[in-house]
Amino acid sequence: MTSLFEEVSEEPGTQVPVRRVAITVNGRRRTADIEPRLLLAHLLRQGLKLTGTHTGCDTTNCGACTVLFDGKPVKSCTMLAVQADGHEVTTVEGLAGASELHPLQEGFKDEHGLQCGFCTPGMMLAAKALLEENPDPTEDEVRWALSGNLCRCTGYQNIVKAVLWAADKLRETGGAE
Amino acid sequence: MLRKEDRRFIRGRGRFVDDQQLPGMLYLAILRSPLAHARITRVDTLAAEAHPQVKLVMTGADLAARDLAWMPTLSHDVQAVLATDKVRFQGQEVAFVVAEDRYAARDALELIEVDYEELPPVVDVRTALAPDAPVVRTDLDGKTDNLCFEWETGDAAATEAAFAAADVVVVQDMVYPRVHPAPLETCGAVADYDAVDEKLTVYSTTQAPHLHRTLYALYSGVPEHKIRVVSPDIGGGFGNKVPVYPGYLCAILASVALGKPVKWTEDRSENLTSTTFARDYVMRGEIAATRDGRILGLRSTVLADHGAFNGMATPTKYPGGFYGVFTGSYDIGAAYCRMTAVHTNKAPGGVAYACSFRITEAVYFVERMVDRLAGELDVDPVELRRRNLIRPEQFPYRTRTGWTYDSGDYEATLAEALRIAGYDELRREQAERRGRGELMGIGVSVFTEAVGAGPRRDMDILGLGMADGCELRIHPTGKAVVRLSVQTQGQGHETTFAQIVAEEIGIPPADIEVVHGDTDQTPFGLGTYGSRSTPVSGAAAVLVTREVRDKARLIAAGMLEVAPADLEWEKGSFGVAGDPGKRVTIAEIARRAHGGELPPGVDGGLEAQVTYDPANLTFPNGAYICVVDVDPGTGVVKVRRFVAVDDCGTRINPMIVEGQVHGGLTDGVGMALMEMISFDDLGNCLGASLMDYLLPTALEVPDWETGYTVTPSPHHPIGAKGIGESATVGSPPAVVNAVVDALKPLGVQHADMPLTPSRVWDAMNGRAAPPI
Ligand code: FES
Ligand code: FES
Repeated sequence: MTSLFEEVSEEPGTQVPVRRVAITVNGRRRTADIEPRLLLAHLLRQGLKLTGTHTGCDTTNCGACTVLFDGKPVKSCTMLAVQADGHEVTTVEGLAGASELHPLQEGFKDEHGLQCGFCTPGMMLAAKALLEENPDPTEDEVRWALSGNLCRCTGYQNIVKAVLWAADKLRETGGAE
Repeated sequence: MLRKEDRRFIRGRGRFVDDQQLPGMLYLAILRSPLAHARITRVDTLAAEAHPQVKLVMTGADLAARDLAWMPTLSHDVQAVLATDKVRFQGQEVAFVVAEDRYAARDALELIEVDYEELPPVVDVRTALAPDAPVVRTDLDGKTDNLCFEWETGDAAATEAAFAAADVVVVQDMVYPRVHPAPLETCGAVADYDAVDEKLTVYSTTQAPHLHRTLYALYSGVPEHKIRVVSPDIGGGFGNKVPVYPGYLCAILASVALGKPVKWTEDRSENLTSTTFARDYVMRGEIAATRDGRILGLRSTVLADHGAFNGMATPTKYPGGFYGVFTGSYDIGAAYCRMTAVHTNKAPGGVAYACSFRITEAVYFVERMVDRLAGELDVDPVELRRRNLIRPEQFPYRTRTGWTYDSGDYEATLAEALRIAGYDELRREQAERRGRGELMGIGVSVFTEAVGAGPRRDMDILGLGMADGCELRIHPTGKAVVRLSVQTQGQGHETTFAQIVAEEIGIPPADIEVVHGDTDQTPFGLGTYGSRSTPVSGAAAVLVTREVRDKARLIAAGMLEVAPADLEWEKGSFGVAGDPGKRVTIAEIARRAHGGELPPGVDGGLEAQVTYDPANLTFPNGAYICVVDVDPGTGVVKVRRFVAVDDCGTRINPMIVEGQVHGGLTDGVGMALMEMISFDDLGNCLGASLMDYLLPTALEVPDWETGYTVTPSPHHPIGAKGIGESATVGSPPAVVNAVVDALKPLGVQHADMPLTPSRVWDAMNGRAAPPI
C-alpha cells in the first residue's frame, strides 16, 4: 500500500480517509496511517514487509494468513488492520527467538511437515495456539485444530507429526521456548 | 536427509512472487467477463482513467491496435490476452488497470463500463458438436463447428476382432469431472522493464521459466537475450503454473509502457475461473474378456472438453497427452482409443493437477473398467488383476498403443500392498459387516505411470525439444554450485539435486548450492511438470557430475604423476591403485584446476554442462488399496485406511518421496470425494471459490500407510523414475472402486466423481447421474 501506508502525505488529492493505528507486532510497536478498509494481512505483508504471512484465498477458507491476535489465531485476511489498533499480533517472523527456532519450526523441519512452504507460517501459528491451550493433544485434536488451514502439498500427516513432535519437546522443556 | 530449503520457509523468509516489492512498483488488476459468451459492443474506460491513482488502462482494442491481442498457447492454438470482439468464458480477461496500489486498481475496475450482447453459450460437452450449437471460435477463419481436434491410437480392427471373439463384454460410461489444481499460492508476476538497458525482468509463478521466456519473446518482440525470467519460490504448482496466462503478459505490457515495475497477483476466484483446469473427460469404456478373466480387448471413446481456447500444455505430437497408456498395467491383446476434443465456453486448460499429460484419466479409466469386469465375472478384483498383469520378464514391454514400458514387477508391488493392508482379513471383515448391513468398501488400483517427457525425436512444446540441462561448477575451495533448468515448486530439488551430485562427486550436500528458476543463470530446459525433473534433469545432473569427475581424473593423474587409468575413484577422491598413500581429494583437485600446473591438453576450471535427451520415459508403478465406510443414512464416505505402495526405482530421498505420495493421495481423495468445477446452463462457473470448490482438510484424510518396492529404470543413469504425480494418478480409482464396492449390496456398479454425500445418496437410491 505505498499510498496507504508509507506515503500518505504525498497525494492529498486522493481524499482517502486515513486513520492512525498503533499495533504491537512481534513485540515491537508499529504505527501507521491506514485506510480503514485495509486488511490486516495486507498491512503486515506490504506495509510492514512481513511477507511470511501469506494469502491463499479470498473467502477465509485457507488459513495461510493465520497470525496470532492477542495470542489467539485469526485469519488476517478477514480482519481490518484498524481492528488491530492497540493489540498484539504475532507473525511467523516472531516465532523464533533471537537465535533459536521455536520447537514447532524444528518439528516441521524434522518431520518434513512442509513442501512448498506456502501454508507453513499459518500452520505453525495455528498449532502454537493449540499447544498453548492443550499441551498434550491427541492426533485427532491436532487435525481438528488445523482444519482451518489448507495444505496442498503434504497430505497433512507430517504436519500432524510435526505438531506432536513440538508438543513433546515443549513438555520436556516445561513449555520454555 | 532433511531439506535445505526448509530453513527459510519455517522463518517466513521464503521469496514468493507477491513478496517482491520493487521501488516505484505499480499494481495491475484485471477486469473479467461476467458472461460465458457475449459480443462486446462498447468499453468505456474514461472514468477509470480519471481515477487519481490510476496510471494506465488497456482494453482488447488497445492491444489489437498493437497486434498484441492474441498470444500463442502451448497447444498451437491462440488465446485472447484481452477479449476484443467477444468474450468466450466467464472470467475471461477484458481490460486491465494499473494503479498505485491494489485497492485503487480494484476500485478503478469498477469504473469501467462494458456493454455486452449476450450469446447462447456452449456448456454441455455432449451437445457441443450438434449442428445448431453456437460456434465458440469465430476468430478462426472459416470455423463452423466446435471441433478442437480428433485423435486416435491403437488398432481399431484388431480390437473389433478381439471383441468379436470375447465371452464377456462390459460397457461403462464414466466422467472424469473438471477439477482444478488450486495451488495455495495463486498465479502472479512482477514485470520490470528497464528502458535504459532495454531489459525485461519478469518474476513469476512459472514451472517452466525458460519456456515462458521464449514465449514472451515471441509474443512481445522483446529479444530473448533481453528477457530474464525469475521463478523464485513457488507456493505449489501442480501443473497450474505451466501455461502462460494473459495476466503475465498484461504486466509485461504495462511495465514496458510505463517504465516501472508492475505487479499482478490474481485472487483465488480468478485462479479457479481462468487458469488451467484439469480433466473434463467424458469416457465410454468397453472391455472384452474370456469367461476365465483374460482381458482380450479394451476400447475407449473420449469426449474431451478443452474450453474456449486449446491452452493445454502438451507435447506437440500428443494432443491427447499420454492418454494412450490407457491399457494400464495389463497385458491386453488389443486396444483402441478414439478421442474427440471440443471447444466450449469455459476456461482453457486440461493438462494440470499432477496428471502426467492425461494419465490420471487413462489410469482411472482402465482401473474402473477392470473393476467393472471383475464385478461382471464375480471374481475378486485383485485376482482378476493378477491374471492380467504384465509379468516382470515381459519388460521392456511394448503396449498395443505403442508405448515401451521400461521395467516393473507389478505382482511384487501388489503383493506388498496386500500384505500391508491385510487384504484377506479386510475381505473377511467386510463380509461380517455386510451381514450387519454396514457399507464397507475395499478399492484397489494397480497403475502404471509414464513420466519424464521426453525423447526429443518425439516430444516438443512449441517446437522446443523436451530435453533438460544441468550445469555443475566446482569452486577453487571444493564447494560446488549446480544449476538446473527445472523449477521446484516444493518438491525439494534444492535438496535432492544436491544429493544426486554429492553421491557422484563426494562433496557433502551442504557444500552444494542448487540454483534454479533464473533464466539468466540456469541452462535451458523445459521445466518441472509431468514428474519429469528426476527422469530428465536428474539424469543430466548425474551425467554432468560424471563429466566433471572425468576431468578431475585427468588433473588428479597429473598431480599424482600416474596414468589416468591407474586411478581409482572412491567417493570424493582419486587414489593410485594399490598405493594407499597416494590420493588426492576433489577439493585438492579443484584447487589445482583453478591454479597450478595442469596436464597437457587439460584446460583450467572444473565445470561442465549437459543437456540430457532421454531415451524413453520412465514408468513408475504402484498398487493402492483404499478402505472406506459409507454411512447408509447420509451417504457420507469416510476413507478409513489408504495403503500406497509405490515403485519409482531408485529412491533419492525416501522422506521426500513419501511426502510427495502423501500430497498426491490427498489430491486423489479430494478429486474422488469433493472437488469439481461445474457450470450452470448459462456457463456460470459454480466452483469459483474455496466456498464451493472443496479441498480436503486434515479431517478428510487418514494417516497414509506407505510402502515401496524398487525396480530401477534400466535407461536412467541412476535407475530413478519420477514419482511426484503417481499418487494423484493412482489414488482416485482406488477411492471410487472402494465406494462402488461398498455400495455393491445395493446393486451399484458405477458412480461418478465427486462422490459427495448427495451423489452417493443418489447412487444408493438408484439415481446415479453423471456430474454436470
Ligand atoms: S487468505 Fe485464505 S483464509 Fe486468509
Ligand atoms: S506445504 Fe505447500 S501448501 Fe502446505
